[in-house]
Amino acid sequence: MSAARVGVVTFPGTLDDQDAARAVRLAGAEAVSLWHGDHDLKGVDAVFLPGGFSYGDYLRCGAISRFAPLMEELIPAAKSGLPVLGTCNGFQILCEAHLLPGALTRNASLHYVCRDQRIKVESATTTWTSAFEPGQELVLPIKHGEGRYVASADTLEALEANGQVVFRYVGGNPNGSLNDIAGISNETGTIVGLMPHPEHAVEDLVGAPSTDGLGFFTSILKKLVNV
Amino acid sequence: MNTDSVKRAAETPDEAMPFAELGMKQDEYDRVKEILGRRPTSSELAIYSVMWSEHCSYKSSKVHLKQFATKAPESEALLVGMGENAGVVDIGDGWAATFKIESHNHPSYVEPHQGAATGVGGIVRDIMSMGARPIAVMDALRFGGADQADTRRVLPGVVEGISSYGNCLGLPNIGGEVVFDPCYIGNPLVNALCVGLLRKDQIKLATAPGPGNKVVLFGASTGPDGIGGASVLASATFEDESEAKRPAVQVGDPFMEKLLIECCLELYAADVVVGIQDLGAAGVSCATTELAAKGTGGMHVDLNLVPLRDSSLRPEEILMSESQERMMAVVSPSDIPAFMAICEKWDVPAVVIGEVTDTGRLVMTWDGSVIVDIPPGTAADEGPVYERPFHEPAGQAALNQAVDLPRSEDLRATLLQLLGSPNLASKEWVTSQYDRYVRSNTVLAQPADAGMLRISEVMDGATPTNRGIALATDGNGRYAKLDPYAGAQLALAEAYRNVAVTGAKPLAVTNCLNFGSPEDPEVMWQFAEAVRGLADACKTLGVPVTGGNVSFYNQTGTAAIHPTPVVGVLGVIDDVAKRVRSGFLEPGLRIALLGETREEFGGSEWAHVVHSHLGGLPPEVDLVAEQGLASVMVEAAARGLVAGSHDLSDGGLAIALAEACLARGVGATVSLVGDPFVDLFSESSARALVAVRPEAFEEFAALCASHEVPCYGLGETGGDALVVEGVLAISVAELRDTHTKTLPALFG
Repeated sequence: MSAARVGVVTFPGTLDDQDAARAVRLAGAEAVSLWHGDHDLKGVDAVFLPGGFSYGDYLRCGAISRFAPLMEELIPAAKSGLPVLGTCNGFQILCEAHLLPGALTRNASLHYVCRDQRIKVESATTTWTSAFEPGQELVLPIKHGEGRYVASADTLEALEANGQVVFRYVGGNPNGSLNDIAGISNETGTIVGLMPHPEHAVEDLVGAPSTDGLGFFTSILKKLVNV
Repeated sequence: MNTDSVKRAAETPDEAMPFAELGMKQDEYDRVKEILGRRPTSSELAIYSVMWSEHCSYKSSKVHLKQFATKAPESEALLVGMGENAGVVDIGDGWAATFKIESHNHPSYVEPHQGAATGVGGIVRDIMSMGARPIAVMDALRFGGADQADTRRVLPGVVEGISSYGNCLGLPNIGGEVVFDPCYIGNPLVNALCVGLLRKDQIKLATAPGPGNKVVLFGASTGPDGIGGASVLASATFEDESEAKRPAVQVGDPFMEKLLIECCLELYAADVVVGIQDLGAAGVSCATTELAAKGTGGMHVDLNLVPLRDSSLRPEEILMSESQERMMAVVSPSDIPAFMAICEKWDVPAVVIGEVTDTGRLVMTWDGSVIVDIPPGTAADEGPVYERPFHEPAGQAALNQAVDLPRSEDLRATLLQLLGSPNLASKEWVTSQYDRYVRSNTVLAQPADAGMLRISEVMDGATPTNRGIALATDGNGRYAKLDPYAGAQLALAEAYRNVAVTGAKPLAVTNCLNFGSPEDPEVMWQFAEAVRGLADACKTLGVPVTGGNVSFYNQTGTAAIHPTPVVGVLGVIDDVAKRVRSGFLEPGLRIALLGETREEFGGSEWAHVVHSHLGGLPPEVDLVAEQGLASVMVEAAARGLVAGSHDLSDGGLAIALAEACLARGVGATVSLVGDPFVDLFSESSARALVAVRPEAFEEFAALCASHEVPCYGLGETGGDALVVEGVLAISVAELRDTHTKTLPALFG
């Protein structure tokens, strides 16, 4: 059987694409580079939208990226079930593209914050979190200036009711997110967005003092192998 | 509007030119006239005035900086030395590292956010122009007193500028310094360091050889920023059309810089670049004169082709504009299509603005007339050189008189007072605003003694190895004020030690020399002494200076800053898995103090915090002891003997112990043999704290003995408090509370 192929998207200003590709390879999958300007998903089995400052985050984080040629392919594919994980800027892009509800705004502190953050797994049923246990605590780095998750009261209520809140901050909310939300999914659990960075927590030697990020990649591999 | 052409200049030899407004002296202006055999055009005057400025020409410092070359130790590692955009060092396995530190002090005072941001941008482009991928940044920062009102304006702006620019580039910020002292209140220091990585055989140089090769300007368009004096020129000779004040501080666009990085790396990989230079201070003037001077000697440029973001710019302003995110490349005509295609892929505007010639002249045209016609070397390399007079400051002897300062009996309170003081308190408020993880190669970052990066996988196609580099910057203005010769050596010794305690072998040096006005003989003495001290110490330690930067005029009225030589040291470690982390990582480890402790309180943090006193002499410099200590630490790391380490510096053993406990929340119990006050707070150099597994202690002690490094067993790690038997006991929780609350309380 050939290795699962996970696409890693590079927009102008994407920063964590090499890190994401390395994490995909460490988990045993093939990392496939996807370029923002191409109308081509290269037949990948899943897509990782990494962090960074795509298009300089000018106008609004993710607001320009959602119109990239690649997104014209990705949005319908994701709606049809292609698994997509967006971290940080990737999460912002998923919200701007309306693949996930709500929005990410300036941190309550008005400062960019980089730290090792504890989060709790609220849903282990999504395509990207099945390797975790519900209630499990992870340590992943966060590094963002605009990670405060906001949504209307109705949307929040629906997210909570449907089990679409995937991660919650514990040990202190770093950005003022409503309901301490660190990550959410779509209704079917194929699309997940979160502010923390699993790709920076996959090796003992570098990055955060944990390898908790590996679970995201083993989750998707398990899913792809079982499909 | 009239253009001041060469023809017109020849016809109007007596027309008065505003050289004084551009900071040029009468004799310097006379020399320009002598070189050209006529008066310069306004555009030529623009070029000479910026190229011969202190900032670009090093005219006051050159005669002293020579020592970095004449006294340079033999080093097989040095691939490119001083004089290029940055030095390059061989780090093994075919890899080379290039690194440099540079000041952006004055702009950061005027406009803290943009000043600091563009400081990062400038040093990153220096590293790119060597053919390297930038892989990390660090910042050495100095601010006025933490409680002074203007510090609350300057510090948050500087930190935000570094944060927004560096984070957006995707470069991990792995270390640096934040120091407060009232002497910097009107002259904060922002020294930005960048390190890059390249294959040894891929070094690019700033040169324009080969007549017929094209000169390409690429990156951002040219605007009216950072122009400073040029608007004087543009409005003095002509009607007052461009009367509007041009902003003197540049504005950065980190997104464009990120595109430039990726674009340049792809251009290098495609091998379509003959020579390259970044546009920093003095913009197009600097890039064209330096490229031409180092190449075949001639260049023809049509200034009308420079893409402008303000069409009202005059040629003098275009020449002096310091608009950010621009690069200039020399490209063979046959490679132009490939070059342009790569720029287009990355949405980087690129325009051919001229070509290399063999005339030995730099010629520029504007609207069809020749406005510049000069021998480029006269602007780039043959600027004025000053032997500025210097003498020891009148009050130096009195300053060096030791004063007996009262010592409190309550050493617990003294420790907490120091630990919570702004200079020793946790800098997390600052460093948490920097991304330290991006690129996933960060092995160590602040608050570790040195930053460390794994270098595998940085470049496509490279053989993965576990090789790594470590970097630290240090500098103590109080020490340098008391004795600039020793102060510069102590800065080097500390950075060298900080690299070594992580297990990396120190290899090379960069420096940023921040001083007051060179026209003040007392300041000039400080400068001369600091350079002499640094050059001597580099020779003894066997680490060459590869490049750096001088920043003069850090002075308000007659009040100069403390002389502040900031020294960066780069080291290499064969296997980053063997790095030694900072502090006490687990209970049950034996704690040892390496090195000798003397009663040394001149310039100490204790005298500063408790008595607001600066006097006496700084700690004694012992470079042989530093070398022995470094050898022990490097070898112990390679043999896996050490489970944690920490450099001793500001605040002495007391602060080192407290910080080591705070690293992982592991306490320690130690006993002292000498006078507890001296043992705890003296700042003697060449010392480090180590934590060793009991079973390895004997072997470690033997290693120390073989290098004649004193090794004193102090006690053991464990528990939830720092206990100094018979002297003090403080819970780790109280240490943490004291250490972390200071900066948030000051800056929100």
